[in-house]
Amino acid sequence: MTIESQPDAPREPQITVNVGRRVFLGIVALGALGVAFGNSVQNFLGDAFGSGLGGLLPGGDRFRIYSITGNYPKITRDKYRLKVSGLVEHPTTFTLADLQSMPKTSFTKAFQCVTGWRVPDVHWEGVKLSEILDRVGVQSGAVAISFDSYDHADTESLSLDQAHLPDVIVAYSMLGAPVTIEHGGPVRLYVAPMFGYKSLKWLSGIRVVDVVEPGFWEQNGYPVNGWLDGTTGPNNPDPGLT
Amino acid sequence: MSLTQAPAKSLRVLRFDRVQRGAHWANALLFFSLMFTAIPLYFGSFFGVVFPRHLIEMIHLWSGLALPLPIIISLIGPWGRAMRHDVRRINYWTREEIHWMRTLGKSTLEADKFNPGQKLNAIFVGVSILVMLVTGAMLQWFRIFPVPWRSGATFVHDVFAWAVFFVVIGHIVMALTHRDALRSIFKGWVSRSWAERYAARWIQEEPSGELKH
Repeated sequence: MTIESQPDAPREPQITVNVGRRVFLGIVALGALGVAFGNSVQNFLGDAFGSGLGGLLPGGDRFRIYSITGNYPKITRDKYRLKVSGLVEHPTTFTLADLQSMPKTSFTKAFQCVTGWRVPDVHWEGVKLSEILDRVGVQSGAVAISFDSYDHADTESLSLDQAHLPDVIVAYSMLGAPVTIEHGGPVRLYVAPMFGYKSLKWLSGIRVVDVVEPGFWEQNGYPVNGWLDGTTGPNNPDPGLT
Repeated sequence: MSLTQAPAKSLRVLRFDRVQRGAHWANALLFFSLMFTAIPLYFGSFFGVVFPRHLIEMIHLWSGLALPLPIIISLIGPWGRAMRHDVRRINYWTREEIHWMRTLGKSTLEADKFNPGQKLNAIFVGVSILVMLVTGAMLQWFRIFPVPWRSGATFVHDVFAWAVFFVVIGHIVMALTHRDALRSIFKGWVSRSWAERYAARWIQEEPSGELKH
């Protein structure tokens, strides 16, 4: 914007102020501040006044719906089946009613996407994954869990230790209602301590396996261990990173 | 003066040259592409079951990356003289113009080629292109940025998207209600009488020879 020195600058008959440059730089500075502190401001407002006010701000409290296939697999609640197989004592196929009859876990936690958007205070309800694993009986030699989706595209994985975390659930209720189709209903995975791509939608199968199989997003470059704090230390080994 | 009463050629004044008109319409096309593709991306959960999200994402991404090009190309090179001239006009404000803007147009003003409201619109749209480009790039190539920055970039991209949307709607409303000014972005010229009334300082400053079509 150093344009005063241009030879063909117009004659300035009056005192002028380069308002353009000032407004331009001011708004650039605002944008930079927003990038640096927008997240903190949203979190502060959300904590101080509840998610309602945080939700009024653009960017907060809004799911961006992603689908690998560009389509949502349609499964009715009656037809829904969750097939648990692999290195288990009792391979079992659960209906939605089966899952709902098991001990219920519910909590309120944020959904954090790896690309940056975050929805605070989402209510989740379902069955702990560890509960299902206990029900079917994990064989010795099992190391990891692989997850399949009704979209026949997405896959995910967790180590056996990760699968036993108390906030890793097979969710059938979300935001106070049955999980909707765009959110991965009737049943999806929710892995609270990891980025959203680990919370596979339209969960169709759980396979207990002897090796961590990197899922769809991991094959596309995301960390196998999608910890929200980014750690991949000795307690959070990331077998997929090379 | 209305569209149907076009003045004789000798009474026409060039307001936007071909380069500026081309840049404007290329810019407008990309803006519309971005706004239309933004709707399903932003309101995805309301959009029912089927839409080709990946294709829409790609259109949005490439439109965004292309957005600065019409302005940059129209500014550089020997063909960009009128555009550079106008950028300077938009940058420099007189005390009277600042006062006019502060009083929201209630003070009297011998207007430049663009009035302060038009200048502010141009500045805002220009800076928004930069802000949207940078934050959009952060969302697309997010891996190198810390997570709070990604969230902040999402926030800024959303806020500016809303702001730009309303500014562009305002721009279109103003254009449709000011037919003589509107004609100049299609045909390039305004009538001299229009310019004397709405852009008096411009008409006085520019050597008249340059203004002839």
